[in-house]
Amino acid sequence: MKGDGEVGGAYGPVKRKEDARFLRGQGNFTDDIQLPGLLHGAVLRSPLAHARIVSIDTTAAEAHPRVKAVITGQALEGRGLAWMPTLSQDVQAVLATDKVRFQGQEVAFVVAEDRYSARDALELINVDYEPLPAVIDAAKALDPGAAVIRDDLAGRQDNHIFDWEAGDQAATDAVFAGADVVVAQDMLYPRSHPAPLETCGAVADFNPVSGQLTVWTTSQAPHAHRTLYALVVGLPEHKIRVISPDIGGGFGNKAPIYPGYICAIVGSMVTGRPVKWVEDRSENLMSTTFARDYHMHGEIAATRDGKILGLRARVLADHGAFNGSAQPSKFPAGFFHIFTGSYDLRAAHCQVTGVYTNKAPGGVAYSCSFRITEAVYLVERMVDLLARELGVDPADLRMKNLLRPEQFPYTCPTGWQYDSGNYPRALQVAMDIADYPELRREQAEKRQRGEYMGIGISFFTEGVGAGPRKHMDILGLGMADGAHLRVHPTGKAVLSVSCQSQGQGHETTFAQIVAQELGLSPDDVEVVHGDTDRTPFGLGTYGSRSTPVSGAAAAVVARKVRERARIVASVMLEASPDDLEWADGRWRVRGDPENGRDIAEIAMAAHGPLELPDGIEGHLDAETVYNPPNLTHPFGAYICVTDVDPGTGQVQVRRFIAVDDCGVRINPMIVEGQVHGGLADGVGMALMQVIAFDEEGNCLGGSFMDYLIPTAVECPSWELGATVTPSPHHPIGAKGVGESATVGSPPAIVNSVLDALAPFGLRHADMPLTPANVWCAIQGRPLRADLAGPWGTP
Amino acid sequence: MQITVNVNGTDYAREVEPRLLLIHFLRDDLGLTGSHWGCDTSNCGACVVWLDDTPVKSCTVLAAMADGHRVRTVEGLAAGGELDPVQQGFAECHGLQCGFCTPGMMLTARWLLDRNPDPSPEQIREALSGQICRCTGYENIVRSVLWAAKQESGGQPAAEQPA
Repeated sequence: MKGDGEVGGAYGPVKRKEDARFLRGQGNFTDDIQLPGLLHGAVLRSPLAHARIVSIDTTAAEAHPRVKAVITGQALEGRGLAWMPTLSQDVQAVLATDKVRFQGQEVAFVVAEDRYSARDALELINVDYEPLPAVIDAAKALDPGAAVIRDDLAGRQDNHIFDWEAGDQAATDAVFAGADVVVAQDMLYPRSHPAPLETCGAVADFNPVSGQLTVWTTSQAPHAHRTLYALVVGLPEHKIRVISPDIGGGFGNKAPIYPGYICAIVGSMVTGRPVKWVEDRSENLMSTTFARDYHMHGEIAATRDGKILGLRARVLADHGAFNGSAQPSKFPAGFFHIFTGSYDLRAAHCQVTGVYTNKAPGGVAYSCSFRITEAVYLVERMVDLLARELGVDPADLRMKNLLRPEQFPYTCPTGWQYDSGNYPRALQVAMDIADYPELRREQAEKRQRGEYMGIGISFFTEGVGAGPRKHMDILGLGMADGAHLRVHPTGKAVLSVSCQSQGQGHETTFAQIVAQELGLSPDDVEVVHGDTDRTPFGLGTYGSRSTPVSGAAAAVVARKVRERARIVASVMLEASPDDLEWADGRWRVRGDPENGRDIAEIAMAAHGPLELPDGIEGHLDAETVYNPPNLTHPFGAYICVTDVDPGTGQVQVRRFIAVDDCGVRINPMIVEGQVHGGLADGVGMALMQVIAFDEEGNCLGGSFMDYLIPTAVECPSWELGATVTPSPHHPIGAKGVGESATVGSPPAIVNSVLDALAPFGLRHADMPLTPANVWCAIQGRPLRADLAGPWGTP
Repeated sequence: MQITVNVNGTDYAREVEPRLLLIHFLRDDLGLTGSHWGCDTSNCGACVVWLDDTPVKSCTVLAAMADGHRVRTVEGLAAGGELDPVQQGFAECHGLQCGFCTPGMMLTARWLLDRNPDPSPEQIREALSGQICRCTGYENIVRSVLWAAKQESGGQPAAEQPA
């Protein structure tokens, strides 16, 4: 890696505490949970995208000798559990009662003695469906004659969910009217799926005597899930314990609650035994939360000499059959309106319309930072199109229009306040690593030979760490995070946090944060997470919010401990607290550096017979709730080099340079790992992955045979760089980074492919740029990959 | 049906259904949960174990097919409490994040190094190309295997480190 240096102290590339168990096969994932008397659940799913349920006959399934219970929507209705609230103020069927509304929707739940028998019994359930016309293309969802999907909602006459806008429309129109150049483009960010390698699941154990419910589950947000279970199942919240054990990747897929979880809980209540439900891969891809599906129209306005003036966008958002997208309540389109990106514009306006279709619910997932993926893709494609129109180099155009360091804190035309940044420097570092002039020279030479090499750039600004609770909540739960820090008499510490690692290494990074504040070794700090009975309340891990919110809470609570220690140290050192200074991991008397006490010495005294001043209770433990004053705004400059074979449409990513600025890096090794993973996601989304449907609503991406994930051979060796611009409002100057590369990389790859194909006059083609899609685009017949499938006919 | 499978050096005799998959035999019958199930279709490799001396995807092998054979899982990778160099490499080079694909990746890497002690990054990528990792972007997995190769060759540079 090249770029800015590291901080030192407890920060740095510390090896992960988590690895010891995973390397030995001793991780503890949800499907690894074994309990005495454990039963297994399986979900019967709809084969049709839209159909009325005429009847469900469960007689034969119930007669299966190893089946303990068969649960239908009708049975759930009797308990008031047939529907559950979504994270977008809608409701979603737990088990279908009236209609099925997407292929793969949950229809019945079988509980049996083993997982094979549960599956066998699904075959014995007979459902009589009356097929209905399916609404698959979002562009046709609002047609007057379109079938009404959500007739369960009173008075519903169409498939419209919401209209939402941001920015100043009149000012934007005026800027466009006066501009020398306007470029417009339709583009699709197709439906994708996070596909964590571990699918979703739950083990529910309800004790009818104590009324205690324990749920081990794949949850990125255990506390929010506990509250939701209280609201849905009607159990008192203090009787519910949600445990997220090790999680095999989340990427947003494990933020919502799924019908299978509720079914496992009901199954345990009905049978009086613990019930495990773990979905298979097809269930994961076909029914759990997808990502994107944004049909966008972008327009960019500029002067002839390349000063970008304005941006506007109209978006049709496909939310599937239930509005289950997960974002702060006030923002139905997530943070899409950060779509002005990294540029100094005069005005911008966007409007988003959400519609129902007969597809799986979701929309906000897959490391998207609440739709910033879509926003960055739009603006970065538009800037490239503008460069093409103006005949200028896209790097030059960006450099000319990037926000300048002295403009921060910067309020963008749609109201976001960016905390800090040095954008031109990050782009320059990326261009230096890439040797950009040499790449352009090589490209020109290859074009002479009829070889198609592309160079694509993207520059992104994120907004992560939701969020200020005044503006951001999920189902009324403000997005502030608690933290609790215990310091034992010997100076060993236990930090309890509400966020939940899915591989991000919180047990290591958060120990480093506390260690840095208290002068300890990270080995002396244990991090507890993923258990609502052992951790304070907080909203969980998604939207790159762990370090910005819970990480800040960890620093703040450690500083509280440090202040408590100061009082104790002042007694030990027989000095006034005001005369002490914290230096080299000790409280010491100012001007007398030899006279000091470290945290271990102070902790023992704080638990001992030392006489403390009036009002000082002793011990060092502290807790806090961190309500972030603003989002943090990480940013980065990415350059992608591709080679495209016009004969086959095959794209090879030859090089990828990623310069990320996420503020202070607590553990650069882990930060780089986060970036690596996101870059691979970018390759997947740009070139391979799409959840497509046929006209009847059959999901064409329902297995890893069809939904193609990059392997080691599709990915290049990533070339990383870093700049460090601390966040001015975060206690340790850190910003989030978990999603930066997923957000920033797809437009770099697409820009690169279209740069390679510029000699063909091709302006745009939608993701994924599969060989078939690229080949068809070269022939002038680009595909709608979301409807036809990656290998579909033109 | 009755089967006897030698797993990590120990014989296990069990009565199983003929249709039982090896991955479920290992996880549910023997309690060896280090091998993971990820996709059903032999695409992801989270379930990779050795059958005799060859990596297989245990989600598409019947337990019955392992009758009379040797199986090696991640639980059998360390020898006498000492981590295999491949395991050490994954820790040294941050070759794992969520840890779900890791057992399968390490078993294939071990198989590769037994046959090619000095693989190039490209050969490592090719060897692992039947397996999916959703977290690491593969970069640090490749570095981990290179680290192990170097370690086993007595610290001599095995192959050029990627940038």
